[in-house]
Amino acid sequence: MSDVLLRNITKRFGTTTAVDHLSLDIADGEFVVLLGPTGAGKTTTLRLVAGLERPDEGEVFIGGERVSQLEPAARDVAFVFQQYSLYPHLSVHENLAFPLKSPVRRLAAAEIDARVKRVAEMLRIQHKLNNKSTQLSGGEMQRVAIGRALVRQPSIYLMDEPLSSLDAKLRGELRLELKRIQQELGATILYVTHDQIEAMTMANRIGVIDGGKLLQIGTPREMFEDPNSAYVAQRLGQPQINLLPAGALPNGRIPDGAVTVGARTEHLDLSKSGSGEGEVEWVEHLGDQIRLHVKLGPHMVTTLVDPDSELVAGDRVAMRLKNPLYFDANGARLRS
Amino acid sequence: MTAAITAHSVVEPSSASKRVAGAIVIVYALVSMIPLFWIFATGWKTPPDSISYPPKLVFAPSLEGYCNLFTTRTRQTPEYILGLGPPQTICDRITRQRDMVIAGPSNYAPRFINSLIIAFGSTFCAVVLGVLAAYGFSRFKVPLKDDLLFFILSTRMMPPIAVAIPIYLMYRQLGLSDTAMGMILLYTAVNVSLAVWLLKGFIDEIPKEYEEAAMIDGYTRLHAFFKVVLPQAATGIAATAIFCLIFAWNEYAFAVLLTSGAAQTAPPFIPTIIGEGGMDWPAVGAGTTLFLIPILVFTVLLRKHLLRGITFGAVRK
Amino acid sequence: MAEIRVENLKKAFGDFVAVKESSFTIPDGSFFCLLGPSGCGKTTTLRMIAGLELPTSGKIFLGGEDVAFKRASERDIAFVFQLFALYPHMNVRRNIGFPLLCQGVPGAEIRKRVEETAKLLRIDHLLDKSVSGLAGGDRQRVALGRAIVRRPLAFLMDEPLGTLDTEFRDLMCEELRQLHNRISATTVYVTHDQLEAMSMADHIAVMNHGVVEQLASPRDIYDRPATVFVASFIGSPAMNLLTVNSRIAKGAKAIDLQGAPIAIPEAREDAPGEKLTLGVRPEHVRFSDSSPFRGEVFGTEYLGTTQIVTVATAQGHLKARLPSQIAVRTGETVGLTLAGERLSLFDAASGRAIRTALYEERPHV
Repeated sequence: MSDVLLRNITKRFGTTTAVDHLSLDIADGEFVVLLGPTGAGKTTTLRLVAGLERPDEGEVFIGGERVSQLEPAARDVAFVFQQYSLYPHLSVHENLAFPLKSPVRRLAAAEIDARVKRVAEMLRIQHKLNNKSTQLSGGEMQRVAIGRALVRQPSIYLMDEPLSSLDAKLRGELRLELKRIQQELGATILYVTHDQIEAMTMANRIGVIDGGKLLQIGTPREMFEDPNSAYVAQRLGQPQINLLPAGALPNGRIPDGAVTVGARTEHLDLSKSGSGEGEVEWVEHLGDQIRLHVKLGPHMVTTLVDPDSELVAGDRVAMRLKNPLYFDANGARLRS
Repeated sequence: MTAAITAHSVVEPSSASKRVAGAIVIVYALVSMIPLFWIFATGWKTPPDSISYPPKLVFAPSLEGYCNLFTTRTRQTPEYILGLGPPQTICDRITRQRDMVIAGPSNYAPRFINSLIIAFGSTFCAVVLGVLAAYGFSRFKVPLKDDLLFFILSTRMMPPIAVAIPIYLMYRQLGLSDTAMGMILLYTAVNVSLAVWLLKGFIDEIPKEYEEAAMIDGYTRLHAFFKVVLPQAATGIAATAIFCLIFAWNEYAFAVLLTSGAAQTAPPFIPTIIGEGGMDWPAVGAGTTLFLIPILVFTVLLRKHLLRGITFGAVRK
Repeated sequence: MAEIRVENLKKAFGDFVAVKESSFTIPDGSFFCLLGPSGCGKTTTLRMIAGLELPTSGKIFLGGEDVAFKRASERDIAFVFQLFALYPHMNVRRNIGFPLLCQGVPGAEIRKRVEETAKLLRIDHLLDKSVSGLAGGDRQRVALGRAIVRRPLAFLMDEPLGTLDTEFRDLMCEELRQLHNRISATTVYVTHDQLEAMSMADHIAVMNHGVVEQLASPRDIYDRPATVFVASFIGSPAMNLLTVNSRIAKGAKAIDLQGAPIAIPEAREDAPGEKLTLGVRPEHVRFSDSSPFRGEVFGTEYLGTTQIVTVATAQGHLKARLPSQIAVRTGETVGLTLAGERLSLFDAASGRAIRTALYEERPHV
């Protein structure tokens, strides 16, 4: 294990710039998640670290060594793809052993077998080792795919939305498991996803990326509670943060230049009041969340309420802001 | 409604329409097999039976066709034949009944072996070249890729025989006329365009992530190609090989033109089997029957792949 | 629009029974979700309603008429496979009008209905644009337009949002529901994603192994799961299920957990077995230092406003949803209280819920 540095890397495909002067330090043993929408440049960043793409500008360092121009095989990284991760013509055991039989490693058969067994046990797939990889369920396939990275013990694990093809329940299970394994091994992981729950629950640090640029990076709590921009604030939190004109709700002092105010559930004080400015339009029971959609003049405000809340559609509510987030005309955060 | 309904789905045909379709297929298969049956039957007839009119559907089977196929014979007087010892083989006996003795082996066996060498050799070359070219076209940025692919395909656009004369002249100059090497090169050249196009389709369908994963795991691209791409392209390779083999095995026009002796293949040889008083039809039937066997065996062995191969495009996994 | 009624519908493929005799009614104008894991029979059920699959036995009434054995083309329904499938060589107007063109509707009528539909979907300004230049959401709306332009008796949708990004999916869920509110078309929607079902449906049928385990409103399904399967399938994270060795009889108001009594909604029947499964939603677990029911914090998952804390107890792992402000350290021992009036009890052997005061409350509609 060792730390990975990206220095000002840029990658262009024709006229589009996929990654734009991006710098990122990943410490040894750290779990960093890059969060961004499709086309944000997160997969390209991962491929640049892996060596599947060469940067047009900038350098990649792994463990202090400059690797920007090295072949993927020479970089000591492991990659978990979103799909197509297993070789269909090989068994689970052969799939797991595949990286260990490569010409740069060529481990002894006994060592390979021992490592495969250990990883299979860690991922609870030891009973499937002799199955053909096509006979596995989706969850088992992704476990094997992760296992194929784990047998290697590389400098860094690169993961490209490895859980996105699974259903919600399995995703939840594997999320926990991946985090547990990462902590057990002290592994360094760079993980990209568009799913904020994955980012929030697994990452030591989250980097929000858009248009090839790294907008902000920090711990999940920092990112959620103290975003630098309206964009980052919108990326995290369910329901999405409410963005309203700065004066739409009563609050103390509004900082100079504030155009937009961002309010999450914890920034809103809500009380039932006949003379309140808001009207409950619809109470959405999502089971784990109860969302209140409140009509506030021309705006809609979505907030969470307690399961035992008595509010129903048509009720009028008074709303007050508590330490909300302010943004200027460009969406940049204003800190008072 | 009761349990009488057995159809699973309306998008699936009902059992009645399945039966009708099955019947049509069977009838069609029978009709198209009549010539094959005719050839097979003729191989077991005696020469008089083979030309009798009306044709005999029921006849006493004879090995005469097969004996004539593999031997050359000379006519002798009955006295001379009687003077010989007892017949050594069945063929000896049959030949003597026609007042003839076996003079030596015919050219069929060497021609057949020529066919095997040339057809399998050219198929091997075409598939190897095809798979490498197809991989390149599929995975790399090749300058003028589309033009090159079109050019490769364009070699298939005119009937091969249209270039027969230039090739004949060229081969004479190069000393490739009537050589197995010449025929292998020629058939490879014709087949390789088909192979590149078919195989490119198959390789395009293998996600490149497989090779990337292998390359990150410490393999070179060449290793990845052998360990990851080839096994998954097996179906496509098998299908392509069958198509190439069928062409090379059956090819007649070039074979007539470019081979006459040492490198002659079976197709131009078989129609030249002349017996007494015209074509020796039983020998032709026997020769054709044997000629069908290798390709039949090859196709049956790879049947599963072939079926998946012709539906290429719809193939995943 | 019409009501859809399914009676004793059964489907077997050889020996494998995909759908066991199921009966349910989808009221006219309601949004109905068939929810379950893959292979539970939900798609087969939908395909039988669509006429793409013939049932082995049973009846399907579409607006009062039994259509179980009619061809798909003879049923007046629209089937939405994947919302993204548009014809790339046609503009928006022709894409939407295409189903009418197939039916031989006159040109002027097509024009009128396409424009009405576009207005309903708020894409009337895009009618003459090419579909290839459209943003994701608009493409989705055009695809929906193609389904609703025919004004069929019912819409059938098979995981139409399955391939979308989470965020975009939330947006489309909201939009689909709003569209439903506007046109009130009977809709049958198949999904394996409980959030989609919870956020859109009026009624949900939870299926497992070819059987409808529960049919109720989203809120009832969440608050009063009829079986252990439903309890574990709905919710994210799902309901905590703890095994308790305790008998309860009619009238019981508490059960014994680690020697401490835990309040439960009053039992209205005797539990048939020795073992019970206690179901508690993560948001009904609270930390309380004084509680005798204790466990060790195993891990936390930060979700922004809330966090999920996993606590290892003698009965197994228990997840609690707590506000993020509460500081929790992995490894510390905490006391837990459960919101007694919201607990579910199941017979451990059969997985069936035991009738309690909670379950006898007037169900939400």
